[in-house]
Amino acid sequence: MASCASVLAGGGGLSMDWEVVIGLEVHAQLNTATKIFCGCPTAFGAEPNSHTCPVCLAMPGALPALNAAAVDKAIALGLAIGAELNRHSVFARKNYFYPDLPKGYQISQYELPVVGKGTLTVQLADGVEKVVGVTRAHLEEDAGKSLHEAFIGQSGIDLNRAGTPLLEIVSEPDMRSPAEAVAYLKKLHALVRYLDICDGNMQEGSFRCDANVSLRRPGAAYGTRAEIKNLNSFRFLEKAIEYEIIRQRDILESGGQIVQETRLYDANRDETRSMRSKEEANDYRYFPDPDLLPLVLDESRIERIRDILPELPDAKRTRFMSQYALTVYDAGVLTAGRFLADYYEQVAAGVDGKLAANWVMGDLLGALNKAGIEIEDCPVSAEKLRLLVQRIADQTISGKIAKEIFEEIFYRGGEVDAIIDGRGLRQITDVAAIAAMVDAIVTANPQQVADFRAGKDKLLGFFVGQVMKASQGKANPDQVNAILLERLQKS
Amino acid sequence: MELHEFSLRELRRGLQERDFSSVELTTTLLKRISALNPALNAFVTVTESKALAAAAAADARRAAGEDGPLLGIPMAHKDIFCTAGVRTTCASKMLEHFVAPYNATVVERLAAEGMVTLGKLNMDEFAMGSSNETSYFGPVRNPWHTDMVPGGSSGGSAAAVAAGLVPVATGTDTGGSIRQPAALCGITGIKPTYGRVSRYGMIAFASSLDQGGPMARNAEDCALMLNVMAAHDPRDSTSHPAAASDFLRGLDRPLQGLRVGVPEEFFGAGLDPEVAAAVQTGIAELVRQGATVQSIRLPNNPHAVSTYYVLAPAEASSNLARFDGVRYTHRAANPADLTDLYQQSRYEGFGAEVRRRILVGTYVLSAGYYDAYYRKAQQVRSLIREDFRRAFAEVDVIVGPTTPTPAFPLGAKNADPVAMYLADIYTIAVNLAGIPALSLPCGFTAAGLPIGMQLMGDYFADDLLLNVAHRYQQETQWHRARPSLQAGGA
Repeated sequence: MASCASVLAGGGGLSMDWEVVIGLEVHAQLNTATKIFCGCPTAFGAEPNSHTCPVCLAMPGALPALNAAAVDKAIALGLAIGAELNRHSVFARKNYFYPDLPKGYQISQYELPVVGKGTLTVQLADGVEKVVGVTRAHLEEDAGKSLHEAFIGQSGIDLNRAGTPLLEIVSEPDMRSPAEAVAYLKKLHALVRYLDICDGNMQEGSFRCDANVSLRRPGAAYGTRAEIKNLNSFRFLEKAIEYEIIRQRDILESGGQIVQETRLYDANRDETRSMRSKEEANDYRYFPDPDLLPLVLDESRIERIRDILPELPDAKRTRFMSQYALTVYDAGVLTAGRFLADYYEQVAAGVDGKLAANWVMGDLLGALNKAGIEIEDCPVSAEKLRLLVQRIADQTISGKIAKEIFEEIFYRGGEVDAIIDGRGLRQITDVAAIAAMVDAIVTANPQQVADFRAGKDKLLGFFVGQVMKASQGKANPDQVNAILLERLQKS
Repeated sequence: MELHEFSLRELRRGLQERDFSSVELTTTLLKRISALNPALNAFVTVTESKALAAAAAADARRAAGEDGPLLGIPMAHKDIFCTAGVRTTCASKMLEHFVAPYNATVVERLAAEGMVTLGKLNMDEFAMGSSNETSYFGPVRNPWHTDMVPGGSSGGSAAAVAAGLVPVATGTDTGGSIRQPAALCGITGIKPTYGRVSRYGMIAFASSLDQGGPMARNAEDCALMLNVMAAHDPRDSTSHPAAASDFLRGLDRPLQGLRVGVPEEFFGAGLDPEVAAAVQTGIAELVRQGATVQSIRLPNNPHAVSTYYVLAPAEASSNLARFDGVRYTHRAANPADLTDLYQQSRYEGFGAEVRRRILVGTYVLSAGYYDAYYRKAQQVRSLIREDFRRAFAEVDVIVGPTTPTPAFPLGAKNADPVAMYLADIYTIAVNLAGIPALSLPCGFTAAGLPIGMQLMGDYFADDLLLNVAHRYQQETQWHRARPSLQAGGA
């Protein structure tokens, strides 16, 4: 019943007696320097058709030669999701005509993919973990692009992208709400970036997603599904599934039947539209590509990649919790991306982990978010932030002063110690100096002293504020508190 | 003997001795081409000025002290090998004006040795045919009898070599396309072990069966060519790491103790009695030189043709999809829409036989038919391979006829594709297995048409086949016979 409840939450008023079944197909563009079957660069944004050669132009007689780096990256993903790695896999041709598909077929893998069954564990908002099955992941080449804008009455073809390596990662139909689908996609997105196999750029299409969505009565067999194509953001995935749930529910509840078809999500109108039905679908006439030998993986190659596999998000989260005494939530946020996790660890080196976490998650991520900057482009280096936190820990400055300095270095730059010294922001920890300031305030406010002693405890805040103001915020707050209490108790 | 009849060894000696230069040799052959090609139609494109420039360059290399077995020697490529700057048509309207921006590996390697390319040779369209009648540029005629077909698909190569237009040529063999025209034109040609010769830049017909090879007037010339053509090529994933070898080294080994297997299946119904008799005489010559003969069985050979005509069209239907009217091919005028562009361009650009095979191939790969045809054919292919494996446990070479009949008249089999397909009944199994095979002349019919004998060997036994053929040619004269041709005739 929990799954039905999540349908209700995500589906916007879906009645309790439908369960949504979601499976995702993700195309991750592998970040190899060159294409999967030739030596052309994969860089984005070049002049049309400048990154091409006889092979990716599909000139007569040209033949594919497999890029080993693409295979290594597929192996890395397979190891990271605990998948079966097929020691023998086969490239197949998927035959269809389209102007941006120069060979008239796409080289892909069909009956025998390189990566077999694996799993991905996702964390849901309520703290519950869910294991989503991964059916397979296979290597294939991307197609080119048709350019319709620049030519009147004609289309241009740009084959720069043709032959770019893709890893298609297919999940089991294990997700039961839009939120679960988003959680899975985010987890996979983090994973491919951790593994450094894909840059994860969803705008440029390096990481894109198709969703298979169907409804059924709980416990019943799977319903007929619709496949929603080209979802290039987490939000679009969520919105498209939400729309699709309502659309299918309305059809089913009015006695209709779902048509198996491919649908396109239109973000501008927030709806899905039919692209083609099953009857119109191509018969791709898959068969093993005779130009490529079966892909054989030997154990030493797999072990070599296993040895250089980075620490993965789940392991890192667990380690952060124990090593830095963080909560599940904090560790989860800090390990969502490899760069952020590394950044945090540099800040936390030598200072209190919790204090470092508060600074990274609070002030730093807040400022980045406000400025619309990614952590990779953060103007404050981890070393600089570590120093700032260090200065709080060693009582050189107070937390309040630290926030001022952070603003300064974030927006204008500069060195932490230079700012502290240059502006005389060093915290006053000299007992005699603080006691003198306290005594001055106590002497100047006899009425408040009397009231405090008569039981108005809240006045302590007033005295602290006065002393801090007199010290221009530099007095150590703990010491101010202690000395004040001591003086105010005296009678 | 005239210059156009010289073997590669004799040509090299003449160049070394300065009896003639490469430019003189090239000029002689270009003149012969312009005199005889109108009757034979062996050349699709003659590259006279490029040839003379290459010959001059070869002469300069020789003057600078260089030497090599192929330096300055003229040749021509089947028009299936891509040549940078010279059109490569595959004898199809589809590629009538296609000029490749790159050289096939084979072209590159032979050019690097200083060979002089005289032009591009006619063939069956996209190598689909056994008579060279499917060419968009018209049929090639057999130099021994110009009313007869030269065989196919490398018909232009076979005719040009037989007629002395070039001493050697390249060919490709998917189901017999080197051996069958070699047999019908009375020359020697070898289909090497699959993976010996790079397919890069060789326009694909059926990728798992296609193999390039030399066509020449004797086995030694084939060996000299194969020494350069066979090499591992990282650009062709099916190229074998141990592809290269010295095919001259074992050429003279005596045949004493050679175990010859003669397959019963190759001497059954449909075999022309004159062909059968000539091949038996050829086998007797091997025995005379010390070989032993035993009868063997290749029980699945009768399934080879039908297996081939599932697998080859299946691969072809996909390989030829790139010829879509969008980029470098023929494009239909004023298409109504994208689908019309594809349909009209392909209908106009491909000939009837190519269209037939694309349709067959599309059909056998279709959902619901794949298992019954493609998958089943792959299973039979394994059985055919197994036949050979068993045979080569007992014998060193398998010998039989290359073709069931000598050259047949132009037009004789055009109306009946299956009759045409059966012209390759003895050659196809070799491609399905991937083993090497060679055809060499072993006699003539009463009507004066050449007869070919086929030698088949185990994987990478190419050198043994060349050795057997060479020893045979040391003791026989069939390969020295030349057709009498009248310049400007026909």
